[in-house]
Amino acid sequence: MPVSFIQPEFKVKIDYDKCHKCGRCVQQCGWGVYNFNERPIPDDSKCRACHRCVTYCPARCISIEKNQLAYRENDNWSPAARKAVWRQAETGGVLLTSMGNPLPYTRIFDHLVLDACQVTNPSIDPLREPMELRTFIGHKPDSVEVEADGKGGFRLAEGAGMKNNLMLDTPILFSPMSYGSVSLNVHKSLAMAAQRLGTFMNTGEGGLHQDLYPYQDNVIVQVASGRFGVNQDYLNRGAAIEIKIGQGAKPGIGGHLPGEKINKEVSSTRMIPQGTDAISPAPHHDIYSIEDLRQLIYALKEASGYKPVGVKIAAVHNVAAIASGIVRAGADYVYLDGFKGGTGAAPQVIRDHIGIPIEIAIAAVDQRLRDEGIRNWASVIAAGSIRSSADVAKAIALGADAVAIGSASLMALGCHLCQSCHTGCCSWGITTQKPELTRRIDPEWGAEQLTNLVHAWSHELQEILGALGVNAVESLRGSRERLRSIGLDEQMNKVLGVKPAGM
Amino acid sequence: MTTRPRYAEEASSKIHGGCGLMGICDESGTLMSGEDAILAMAVQHDRGNGLGGGFAGYGIYPEFPDHFAFHMMYHDLQAKEESEALFDRYFLVDLAEPMPTRPVKGISDAPLLWRYFLTPYPNKLEESEMSAEDYVVRAVMTINSSVDGAFVASSGKNMGAFKGVGYPEEIGHYFRLEEYEGHTWTGHNRFPTNTPGWWGGAHPFALLDWTIVHNGEISSYGINSRYLEQFGYKCTLGTDTEVAAYLFDLLLRRHKLPLELACKALASPLWEEIDRMPEAEQALMRSLRAVYGPGMLNGPFAIVLGFNGGMVALNDRIKLRPLVAARKGSILMVASEESAIRAVLTEPDAVWMPKAGEPTIARVKGMDWPIHGDLHLSPEDISCAVTGTDMSCETVEVTA
Repeated sequence: MPVSFIQPEFKVKIDYDKCHKCGRCVQQCGWGVYNFNERPIPDDSKCRACHRCVTYCPARCISIEKNQLAYRENDNWSPAARKAVWRQAETGGVLLTSMGNPLPYTRIFDHLVLDACQVTNPSIDPLREPMELRTFIGHKPDSVEVEADGKGGFRLAEGAGMKNNLMLDTPILFSPMSYGSVSLNVHKSLAMAAQRLGTFMNTGEGGLHQDLYPYQDNVIVQVASGRFGVNQDYLNRGAAIEIKIGQGAKPGIGGHLPGEKINKEVSSTRMIPQGTDAISPAPHHDIYSIEDLRQLIYALKEASGYKPVGVKIAAVHNVAAIASGIVRAGADYVYLDGFKGGTGAAPQVIRDHIGIPIEIAIAAVDQRLRDEGIRNWASVIAAGSIRSSADVAKAIALGADAVAIGSASLMALGCHLCQSCHTGCCSWGITTQKPELTRRIDPEWGAEQLTNLVHAWSHELQEILGALGVNAVESLRGSRERLRSIGLDEQMNKVLGVKPAGM
Repeated sequence: MTTRPRYAEEASSKIHGGCGLMGICDESGTLMSGEDAILAMAVQHDRGNGLGGGFAGYGIYPEFPDHFAFHMMYHDLQAKEESEALFDRYFLVDLAEPMPTRPVKGISDAPLLWRYFLTPYPNKLEESEMSAEDYVVRAVMTINSSVDGAFVASSGKNMGAFKGVGYPEEIGHYFRLEEYEGHTWTGHNRFPTNTPGWWGGAHPFALLDWTIVHNGEISSYGINSRYLEQFGYKCTLGTDTEVAAYLFDLLLRRHKLPLELACKALASPLWEEIDRMPEAEQALMRSLRAVYGPGMLNGPFAIVLGFNGGMVALNDRIKLRPLVAARKGSILMVASEESAIRAVLTEPDAVWMPKAGEPTIARVKGMDWPIHGDLHLSPEDISCAVTGTDMSCETVEVTA
């Protein structure tokens, strides 16, 4: 076989003067980079720069460097583009990858800045004053009807008021990630953290393992095109049900969990035979249009005693009209996933070139629902690369009710964004089913890491609200007046409904 | 028409500033001249900077009790002609006259000030399939947003707003308020921090017979205005006071919420307070907060809402602006400063600080209370309603 044209991306350097020759790196690496022959010998071509060995090397003698191979300069044919061609010429296949879109598209969040109080109104100190983040996800009526209670006060009129909403203590949820694509310990960590935080984790389309039953009140169960793990019991256990139509990282295509990841536990949770590939079709084969979606929404409501039913879609060009249809079809929330959202596996061409940024999707959907006077009918959850509490605040100011975090939550568990989830060899024990790797995450530790992260962001969000002079998150929600843009063009400002800084 | 500068020069962005305010209501329905209101505002002179003052009076047009009284401001004759053409199309105009004014030192650059007493054409009203109030609201929105150079200062029955650029005592004298008699008056002194000069930007802000005087800043203006747009309100003026007026109109008139609950929706209790409430009340308050969250007024404010039948004063959720209330016999008075109260009411029976988010309500006996939910109150309850909640009713002590 001829040699590969593709040179390693990284160089693994070991300072052998410091090396204990303990073999820890050999043991830690999920990719098989190291051979041990009196000392660890790395194979650069297998390295994903996930830093597992670097982190766990007791001598701190490993460093990973970029392979600084010079390529003949060509702005048009970047080294990455050349490598893609070589790889496809070698394999004849679709290039697979994972996690979010890494290409240098404009990051709109980084072109938006928030307001603060000066003089004419006081800012509020969240350490001394209440600062409320409580958020309700679900349908709300347009108005509240009341009647006299006969005791000089009022009560809700018969059948009036808000029903069947999810109550969140902070407007941050965990994104759907299936058991199968991630390990059971990751699911447990997410579920425990969701319970402690007063928020929700989401099963993704892999079913609900029985070890998560104690946390079911903080779990949203997903119904996706493969219907893995979906049955009456599953629907009834979740706090809410989510119909997954699309995903930001791979709009319009289905999913494929390779048979190697389908062990006994995954098999029983997904209700499919062990070792078989789990294929999620691109569309739901019972949803070929919006009227079919309505039927499924109501079928799920009927089956679950009218739990909230949400619909997750990828942010695509016509997202506003689609979201409006979804709300009118009876969904209690619309989950928008932007094109920078993560994935456990996706064709690179799809991940990198399909869909639109979440910022634009939030703005377009929120405005459309307002134009149609149906904004109260459903909540909007935004996801697709929420990287910080600043992104949370900006997403909410643009009009999201809450955000969901996937990549960031995995990073709390050790993920270094090496974009290799689809290999099933995750050294951090996150996106793998190999027992020797999955045991690397202790759910108790994982839950603490996740809880810390969301607590930290929530505190920061409170600081932002305080600076804005409001003491409840609903006063920021959709308040685009508190945002200004820097370096965006006029058309984009119009789409976002945001004024440029200085105006 | 489009070549003229927009009349609402201040409208492009939200106006920041501080202010002083007052409200007085004689619950027996006895009429008071506007002089007391002027006096209360004159005492609070230093709370403004001469860039805006105004008053609203109720019960002032007994000769036209059932007409919609439109107080108009015109930049020029063209605006007047266009607005009058609009009136003629939709309303029967029973009287059109210039507002009575007198020259006052300090008042200059007044727009053309006219008032009209209108009733909707019955056939047009029927065609529109709207209530008379919605019909009037639509006309107001149309004029304010599409007739350049015209502004509706007030549009309610048997009431009017009188406002302009100047100190409130100057404005009061300019409009000859001592010649009017009303059972309820509100007043305002403005301290805007941006470009001054627009008469329409002064308080009170009015829609139908709702008027608002407001001290503070509504930091949630951005979402409040977007929320209101869903219901057909056009927030064209850029004043946060405008959203407060529209929100009261939405909650009280269109959603038929009782006044107390509308106040709870706009200055919501904290979640931890709601969580401690008895079950039925908790369910109600949760729904109110979740449903009307986008309308919740957040930020520092004290407002006085006037309407035919009374007034209500309300502070923000954590009382970041001053508001003092007092009672003397059948008169309830509120103001930013106690000095204003003591200038008008000598030896009041009680003076107190309304709590954050607790409405202080005055209602005129015998008058139709335009707010649906109040109908549950028995006559005995009504006397209690004057000081807001039951609790404050009992704890009021005579301090004079």
